[in-house]
Amino acid sequence: MEHLVQDGKFDHHGYLNMELLRFTTAGSVDDGKSTLIGRLLYDSKSIFQDQLEQIEATSKNRGEEYVNLALLTDGLRSEREQGITIDVAYRYFSTPKRKFIIADTPGHIQYTRNMVTGASTANLAIILVDARNGVVEQTYRHSFIASLLQIPHVVICINKMDLVDYSQEKYEEVVEQFRHFASKLDVQDVRFIPISALLGDNVVDRSKNMPWYEGPTLMYTLETVHIGSDHNLIDCRFPVQYVVRPMSNEYHDYRGYAGRVAGGVLKPGDEVMHLPSGITTKVAAIKAIEGDLEEAYPPQSVTLLLEDDVDISRGDMLVRENNQPKVGQDIDMMVCWMDDKKPLQLNGKYTIKHTTRDARCVVKEILYKVDVNTLHRIQDIDSLSLNEIGRVKIRTTVPLFYDEYRRNRNTGSLIIIDEGTNTTVGAGMIIE
Amino acid sequence: MSYSLTHLRELEAESIYVMREVAAQFQKPALLFSGGKDSIVMVYLARKAFWPAKIPFPLVHIDTGHNFPETMEYRDWLVKEMGATLIVGSVEDSIARGTAVEERGLNASRNALQTVTLLETLESHKFDAAMGGARRDEEKARAKERFFSHRDEFGQWDPKNQRPELWNLFNGRKHIGEHFRVFPISNWTEMDVWQYIYQENIPLPRLYFAHDREVIERDGAFISTHPEWVKLRPNETPKTMHIRFRTCGDLPITGAIESDADTVEKIIYEVATTRVTERGNRADDKRSETSMEDRKKAGYF
Ligand SMILES: Nc1nc2c(ncn2[C@@H]2O[C@H](COP(=O)(O)OP(=O)(O)OP(=O)(O)O)[C@@H](O)[C@H]2O)c(=O)[nH]1
Ligand SMILES: [Mg+2]
Repeated sequence: MEHLVQDGKFDHHGYLNMELLRFTTAGSVDDGKSTLIGRLLYDSKSIFQDQLEQIEATSKNRGEEYVNLALLTDGLRSEREQGITIDVAYRYFSTPKRKFIIADTPGHIQYTRNMVTGASTANLAIILVDARNGVVEQTYRHSFIASLLQIPHVVICINKMDLVDYSQEKYEEVVEQFRHFASKLDVQDVRFIPISALLGDNVVDRSKNMPWYEGPTLMYTLETVHIGSDHNLIDCRFPVQYVVRPMSNEYHDYRGYAGRVAGGVLKPGDEVMHLPSGITTKVAAIKAIEGDLEEAYPPQSVTLLLEDDVDISRGDMLVRENNQPKVGQDIDMMVCWMDDKKPLQLNGKYTIKHTTRDARCVVKEILYKVDVNTLHRIQDIDSLSLNEIGRVKIRTTVPLFYDEYRRNRNTGSLIIIDEGTNTTVGAGMIIE
Repeated sequence: MSYSLTHLRELEAESIYVMREVAAQFQKPALLFSGGKDSIVMVYLARKAFWPAKIPFPLVHIDTGHNFPETMEYRDWLVKEMGATLIVGSVEDSIARGTAVEERGLNASRNALQTVTLLETLESHKFDAAMGGARRDEEKARAKERFFSHRDEFGQWDPKNQRPELWNLFNGRKHIGEHFRVFPISNWTEMDVWQYIYQENIPLPRLYFAHDREVIERDGAFISTHPEWVKLRPNETPKTMHIRFRTCGDLPITGAIESDADTVEKIIYEVATTRVTERGNRADDKRSETSMEDRKKAGYF
């Protein structure tokens, strides 16, 4: 934060106006994700004295040659003991240009669900590849998941260049290997950077060992990559989350519809249509404790007052009559399965959560699963096991108000819940 | 017209969304109020989330009996200001009942006992969700938390087996007897909290601002003196210093820092230039490398 201090004063305006980039790390186990995050934090001077002393002491106790920077994110006892990441760790730092939220995710296949958790809210994914091993199955799996989640930017870091004598040939071999695969993926922006997370080459500082590489460092890329709005500002979608009823004399008939704008812009006076009823009314006011707002847009949390008394509850949606979401009970989607005990079963029944709506569903069809190495479709299957990704059709007990995931992450995503254990077992990205 | 929010507004929107999910998904939620700045910010966020209705859940304070008097005064003022309900779980009652046993020895503290009282309070009031002001940037075990954190019937956290948490879809389903801990300000940093306090003009207990206080130096931290709770050791001599507290836990274990920061603006300046984390001054986190994780597993905040 020192970069925001000048002449003994803190620059509030500068702080508030920093752009925010959420990114995640991915790649196979031991490819160096946690070390890289540690390196980024360390070289950008975002580590506090006491944190550094702590990991220095631990590294020394273990007789490690270098300060183990992975210990900055591997905070759980088992992680430290096993030297692997088990669950996502979130870290925060800022440079003079941007504020960052990092999700450091595990590479181990057993914990893929935690990788998906960390990646689901990211604007950029760093996928690490060990230069010695090249692209491996987990690299493919994570890249495919990143593309399914529609993460707009992917940076492939070819790591451990120090262990391959900083060889340009080796680097290009891996780039070629990945490009071949990526051509079949739905990702817009892929970049490649040769690095050593351990020694810091091309992470924050330019490498002296790889003069043949002329591209930017990872930090420069993170600071400059374009962050367009993640939000759909066109299709008005307001899932009602909670009905505010003060029950006081002062606000006797007050009924506020609280929620987070999931798409589009709302203004007082706008005509809106209520789903499921189809009744139209107008926005009377957008309330906040500071005073009424002139408009509301994603991802704001607001409270709406409507002109007419319509029967509205949680799970309903306010939209525009001339721009409605799809309304239906038959949903076709890509599913990433995350349950290590039970596979997704044809005809299986589950609970789902979509926007603020809960429903139950039955699996009607499993069209195919994807071989993550080749992206080939494997047909004639009746289940999806842990970490498998496939195309699934479900029928829900009540209609959902939804859009394609590509068009709107908020109204195009859902989670699948096991009715026995209550845990989240699947992530669904709606196709139609 | 650009439709973008400052990152502080974005964090605010996220926290309000989480609190409303809690109010909608659970039957009997509560907000754990510690008296520290993070839980104070949470209370102000809760007011915004449900305004003009009252905050639809009680504030729960686990009272160790070793609080700073300033914390207690502030708590009672805030409860009145918000028109909120306050429920107090008392560690001294747990000790009297025999469910918690006072620690002995030089480093004795009531920190661990809080967990017992917390779980007893949640159980006796049948709370099914307890919101806490923990932030992921505070500590390495907290960096691993979900927004919605599932606890079994013993209130335990299983960090190796957390539920996936995708997008903004929070799964609060549970079996009878289980409950959730929810952390609405997970993504805030210490600086964000201070910026928000500044932006929203939120009043704080005096402890956070520089003042003169009699302290002793103990294990590298400045601890407030107290006739009963802080027993002087042979080589300790009290002296008056100009200090403030970065976090406000129990009096006997919360370390002060030397400071002239007597306004929020000056504190922000100080936070921006410091090289030590805020928990770096807390004796409870220094006990072992994974002490926070161990306490959290057992049901600590
Ligand atoms: N020589 C060399 N070793 C590295 C480099 N990056 C990471 N390592 C080492 O590789 C091992 C694994 O690193 P981690 O950062 O824990 O790997 P990870 O990808 O986070 O692993 P998981 O999270 O368990 O999937 C550690 O011993 C690191 O010191 C590098 O650039 N060069
Ligand atoms: Mg790791």
